[in-house]
Amino acid sequence: MTLKIHQDHSRFKQIVRGKIKANLRKYVQKGEMIGKKGKDAISIPIPFIDIPRFKYGHKEQGGVGQGEGEVGQQLGPGAVEPGEGHQAGQGEGDHALEVDVTLEELAQILGEELQLPNIERRQNERLVTQKIRYTGINTTGPESLRHFKRTFKQALRRQIAAGTYDAARPVIIPTREDRRYRSYKLQNLPETNAVIIYMMDVSGSMGDEQKEIVRIESFWLDTWLRHQYKGLEARYIIHDAVAREVDRDTFFHTRESGGTMISSAYKLCRDIILSDYPKSAWNIYPFHFSDGDNWSADDTRQCIEMLRNDVLPNVNQFAYGQVESPYGSGQFIKDLREAVGDTPNVALSEIADKDAIYASIKDFLGKGR
Amino acid sequence: MPKSLTPRLAALRDEIHGYAKEFGLDFFDTVFEMVSYDEMNMVAAYGGFPTRYPHWRWGMEYEQLAKGYEYGLSKIYELVINNDPCYAYLMESNPEVDQKLVMAHVYGHCDFFKNNFSFRHTNRRMIDEMANHATRVRRWVDKIGVEKVEDFIDRTLSLENLIDQHSPHIRRNPDPKRAADELKANEGVEGFKVGREYMRGYINPSEFLDSQRKKVEDEKQRAKKFPERPQRDVLLFLLEEAPLEPWESDILAILREEAHYFAPQGQTKIMNEGWASYWHSTIMTRRALRDDEIIDYADHHSGTMGTRPGAINPYKLGIELWRDIEERWNKGRFGKEWDECDDLRARRSWDKKSGAGREKIFEVRKHYNDITFIDTFLTPEFAMEQKLFVYGFNDKRNSWEILDREFRKVKSKLLQGLTNFGQPIIEVVDANHENRGELLLAHKHDGQDLKGDYARETLKNLQSLWRRPVNIITRYDNKGVMLRFDGTTQTEKKVEL
Repeated sequence: MTLKIHQDHSRFKQIVRGKIKANLRKYVQKGEMIGKKGKDAISIPIPFIDIPRFKYGHKEQGGVGQGEGEVGQQLGPGAVEPGEGHQAGQGEGDHALEVDVTLEELAQILGEELQLPNIERRQNERLVTQKIRYTGINTTGPESLRHFKRTFKQALRRQIAAGTYDAARPVIIPTREDRRYRSYKLQNLPETNAVIIYMMDVSGSMGDEQKEIVRIESFWLDTWLRHQYKGLEARYIIHDAVAREVDRDTFFHTRESGGTMISSAYKLCRDIILSDYPKSAWNIYPFHFSDGDNWSADDTRQCIEMLRNDVLPNVNQFAYGQVESPYGSGQFIKDLREAVGDTPNVALSEIADKDAIYASIKDFLGKGR
Repeated sequence: MPKSLTPRLAALRDEIHGYAKEFGLDFFDTVFEMVSYDEMNMVAAYGGFPTRYPHWRWGMEYEQLAKGYEYGLSKIYELVINNDPCYAYLMESNPEVDQKLVMAHVYGHCDFFKNNFSFRHTNRRMIDEMANHATRVRRWVDKIGVEKVEDFIDRTLSLENLIDQHSPHIRRNPDPKRAADELKANEGVEGFKVGREYMRGYINPSEFLDSQRKKVEDEKQRAKKFPERPQRDVLLFLLEEAPLEPWESDILAILREEAHYFAPQGQTKIMNEGWASYWHSTIMTRRALRDDEIIDYADHHSGTMGTRPGAINPYKLGIELWRDIEERWNKGRFGKEWDECDDLRARRSWDKKSGAGREKIFEVRKHYNDITFIDTFLTPEFAMEQKLFVYGFNDKRNSWEILDREFRKVKSKLLQGLTNFGQPIIEVVDANHENRGELLLAHKHDGQDLKGDYARETLKNLQSLWRRPVNIITRYDNKGVMLRFDGTTQTEKKVEL
């Protein structure tokens, strides 16, 4: 039986979805929700899904409580619950209802709203994994797979049939014949693997605001690609004049200074791809963010050469996002555009400010590669 | 699907039923049904009525309950419906001792529903009525379209708290005094009584007579005002006077009826929960508990009675107050002599052995609601013993803190929170405001401002029902303000109060 509530529940979810959709642009620009990310869901504050009423503001109201404490003593955080009636609540500002949305759903909404095409996987999905599925019950098997409930039922059935079951003293003793075991089958599953390689310029000219943009944008890219590929891996590279691989946390929070040699990052990226991610088994997505300032024209030439020869032939798509910064010259994207702009698996995007993230996501993911 | 009780639980029910009767509880037949946790969450999301009209808000409620249960934060123990017969739900997965506790608790509620005066006007066939409501709403959905109906329900729910909780008890009779005044007013203006005829021009100069006449005229005008007196049941007023489509007034009537059905439960929360807790405690500890169940029982009972500093737990406050009343009447701690006794020692050991406690609490459960209950029986000793305090928000420290433990302040704050369910009192004062058919509401300000953003949104919803511009007079920071929405723009202006 399906519970009647499911209709109302799905209607509620539909409304939430609609609200998110309508405000997606706003959410995309704001970094706050990234902080609220759990393992597979995210809490999104939705204003005005609550039904408005004539009611008291909480702060003026106060109330009566119960317990120890001197006059003037503070009530601990969380002691006063936001709510109706004589139970007062927190400030007016943080009253928006928070709704949990799974990342899966969020990706769908993003996809629908930005009209993102589903990614066409590369044909070489040869990687196959075997998975064990427990499908049946057997009379033999290892003790570790014994199905206790079925064994017990079997014993009970036998005892009742044999007339040895005593309801007043319900002791069930399974014998060897009663035992039941789970049995399994091996299934072959084709698997697609994907990896994102994030590269970011952390030289002096990349300020906090620029990094925030990268952070927000990569959250959305991540969400979408995860929606498309199960088991997405991510690698992080930061560079100024030299490049190194770091963990996620360092990636977003490091601030270095000094010059910029983009070729160092591309070199490391190339090495990672060649050593860890054979083209035949992986869908590969390098994303590079920088303010477009490179050390020299010579270095840029090197970059382009590496891209052409080693990176582009191996990856699904190479994406370069140029974040506008007051210090950068913004030359790099022009050079790239000239050299590899026509290549189908290159996506270039200029991100002027937070407002531009929305369009930029579309630049990156709109090709469906 | 809800299931009936297992033979084992049915036997327990009969046992508890026996104890409840033995203690003198008086209730409608009570039907227990077994549900899974998911079904329990569903029923609770519908406010106890699985057959209610479709609306997304139940889904929202359900989501929150389901999450609370999954994360292990909350669990619904009991759910009982004021109906004849009473319906109550037991959760399948609960251990036996919990089932017993819940049954005893439920009999307490059922007794309260049947006997407390606040419930006298509630529909005791509400389960059927709710199902009928759902059918009516569904029919309108089929005819008008789901979006329109849902949108109208949303807007009406926004006004749901604007009912007069006393209106089921009110019978309007023609007021003899007003009728007499009316007659007198029609007699014309004569001015003061004049003893000597030659003084007439001095005692009643013609300007004076004119102004008197004008006054009477104004009075008549005022009498023609509509509504004649401020009306608190805003929903009823809209139902009778707003230019609604037939389907709209049908739905409005449904929502108003349901709001009135639930209102008494809001008015007696402390009493009702306290009463049920008093009885589960009495029945369990005096009769039903087995030795091996005591620890579990104590654990769950104390869980229910737990308090946090920033809130009143109605179960706890209720049960303690009931026990306090019982003790006071058992020991004769009431009346003139007791009130006038200032000797602390004498008070402490006061025991007249009157033994009227049980009788008293049965009487109180009949004739009181939360407000009169607290007002009559909350004593300074009790407030001190229960460590009650008033708290408020300290803007400087940006946190909640304890403001006062003085009895009078605690009591008045408590009563303030209970008045009109802690909702602002809002009345229709004029349905022809400025002689333009605009609606004018007034908020009876009692020291607490309305929440601004909510008030403005609510006003919009009100306007969509009234069709003409709507206004509300309230106060912000002690200054009179009139909020207005004319269908397109929000405005605000100062008014003298």
